[in-house]
Amino acid sequence: MHIPDGYLSPSTCATFYVVAASGWYGALKRIKQLLATRAIPLISVFAAFCFVVMMFNVPLPGGTTGHAVGVGVSTIVLGPWGSILAISIALAIQALFFGDGGITTLGANCFNMAMVGSFTAYALYRLVAANSDLKSRRRVLAAAIAGYVAINASALVTAVELGVQPMLFHDASGTPLYAPYPLHVAIPAMMIGHLTLAGLAEAVIAAGMVSYLQRADLGLLGGLISGTRGVSGPASTPTPLAVATSEPSPGRLWWIVACLMLLTPLGILAAGTAWGEWSSAAFTSPHTRDQIAAGSGNHALPSSVPVGIQRLSAVWTAPFPGYAPSFIRNPMFGYLLSAIFGVGLLVLASLIARAVSRKWSAGNLHS
Amino acid sequence: MSRNSFLESTLQGFARAVSKALQSEHAATQPGLLQHLDPRVRVLGILALVVSVVLCRRAEAIAAIFLVAVALAVASRVSLTSLARRVWLVVLGFSGVIAVPALFLTPGEPLVAAPALHLSISVQGVRTAVLLVLRVETAATLTTVLVLSTAWTHILKALRSLHLPAEIVTMLAMTHRYVFLLIETANQMFESRQSRTVGILSSAERRRMTTRTAGVLLSKSIELSQEVYLAMLSRGFRGEVRLLSDFRLQLCDYASLTAFFLTACATVWMGR
Repeated sequence: MHIPDGYLSPSTCATFYVVAASGWYGALKRIKQLLATRAIPLISVFAAFCFVVMMFNVPLPGGTTGHAVGVGVSTIVLGPWGSILAISIALAIQALFFGDGGITTLGANCFNMAMVGSFTAYALYRLVAANSDLKSRRRVLAAAIAGYVAINASALVTAVELGVQPMLFHDASGTPLYAPYPLHVAIPAMMIGHLTLAGLAEAVIAAGMVSYLQRADLGLLGGLISGTRGVSGPASTPTPLAVATSEPSPGRLWWIVACLMLLTPLGILAAGTAWGEWSSAAFTSPHTRDQIAAGSGNHALPSSVPVGIQRLSAVWTAPFPGYAPSFIRNPMFGYLLSAIFGVGLLVLASLIARAVSRKWSAGNLHS
Repeated sequence: MSRNSFLESTLQGFARAVSKALQSEHAATQPGLLQHLDPRVRVLGILALVVSVVLCRRAEAIAAIFLVAVALAVASRVSLTSLARRVWLVVLGFSGVIAVPALFLTPGEPLVAAPALHLSISVQGVRTAVLLVLRVETAATLTTVLVLSTAWTHILKALRSLHLPAEIVTMLAMTHRYVFLLIETANQMFESRQSRTVGILSSAERRRMTTRTAGVLLSKSIELSQEVYLAMLSRGFRGEVRLLSDFRLQLCDYASLTAFFLTACATVWMGR
């Protein structure tokens, strides 16, 4: 699952570096708040542990072996934010020092394995384990499910990243410039190995280690970072550092908005026109008429543009029709610019609304 | 191959990792072209070349950078044999397997056809397979040449001087140090278990053994982190990370950096 250099386009790599950097920033901030000076040695040694566990050959049913990433167990012990940092550091060492995974693709690899994997494992472990006792078999099952699904979620995201490359990046003759396989090949090719070997290896490591820790070091299952090391009996849900207890800060929301804006070019992937969002031109082109008919249960379309659509469509001409301003040739950049413009308008509207509401409140106070 | 071969293959994996690290440390001390340059120039220059390779859309331009990478390796006294074993064959095996089906699956103008088998190789398929393999080989060669010609501590210092947060640089440095300690610990645990294993273990027992070892390693890691933390506190650590940077750029560093960037720009221009 470690994507080497050359499989992803530069713009994909840059997008994932931005997304991963926001994740690393948030994780580092959260960990430093909770651990203060202890963060650096704990995350460093845990990252080293993850690195070594990735080298273990895990025996699987059927006589074969597989390698685990360790995302399940690191999330259970450190929580998702700590796990993001530990797995990312381990991946960075692998890429920079051992040449396993690319440098330009490090952001994407960290996003896939550290971020998607950790949050998936965290959500599933909490969901399945619920409030069960720390020593219950249910937690072993929860760890197995969390590890198995997390690694498969990571693999699926990786496959999608690879699978969209030939659609988005090809030359004039149609030659794919980066990963050559479309989604219908990339997804099964990636998932077969992960649904069987890698997923099982992750499930075995996560479940086996939780089972071991239940007998040998229960404190580690009680939420290491939140300071509950040494909890020995009571049924308490692990409360790792990731449990968000406060409202999201405006700064974080800005980061999320920025990430979503960067992801807007994904809209280009959607083929055809959304049902019910047809322009008057769509009724005159034979190609789009076929699409509309196919999407409408093959009902016959009117032979000409409906009068109402024709009349009302002339009322307003959008400055950026179809998220593609006429002065921009690159559709991705057009999408991005439309997103920036739209968000800018919303921010402006909210600032005006806030100013008006403050003025109105001040007026009420004076009266 | 015995049914307990998972133990041997894990131990071999550990040995390979340690051997690679020793090889890198040894190569980094050799007198060579890259070794004479400031580490920041090496990191920035190689990174620029890797980015140019990823940006490049023509196989000829990527091949030219591959030759530059080989020339850099030779001038930096990086053994081509080890480069072939460590990078070229591995990448060819991995990316080659991925690229071969693209010859047949990529739609386009047919180059060779076998109608009886319903198979045809398209021109676009050949182009994409060559681009993929060449790009991955070149990027991996450049990265490996950097790693083999630069001590890990210098790479980290260079990253810090490029404004990577000090906490991240410290974590990378500490992780790198403790990776080898934990590899040694895991190695000893597996070896001691192997020396006491008679006969063939069942599949379930092998799994239990692996997860127990991982569990013990986890407990040891946590204890180790606490010891490291106490040691850091005893030396006056208060959460502030300071790294020494004693790099000084010379005239040849500026010239080399310019050469790296000009090569990268020329590659992007030729391969557009």
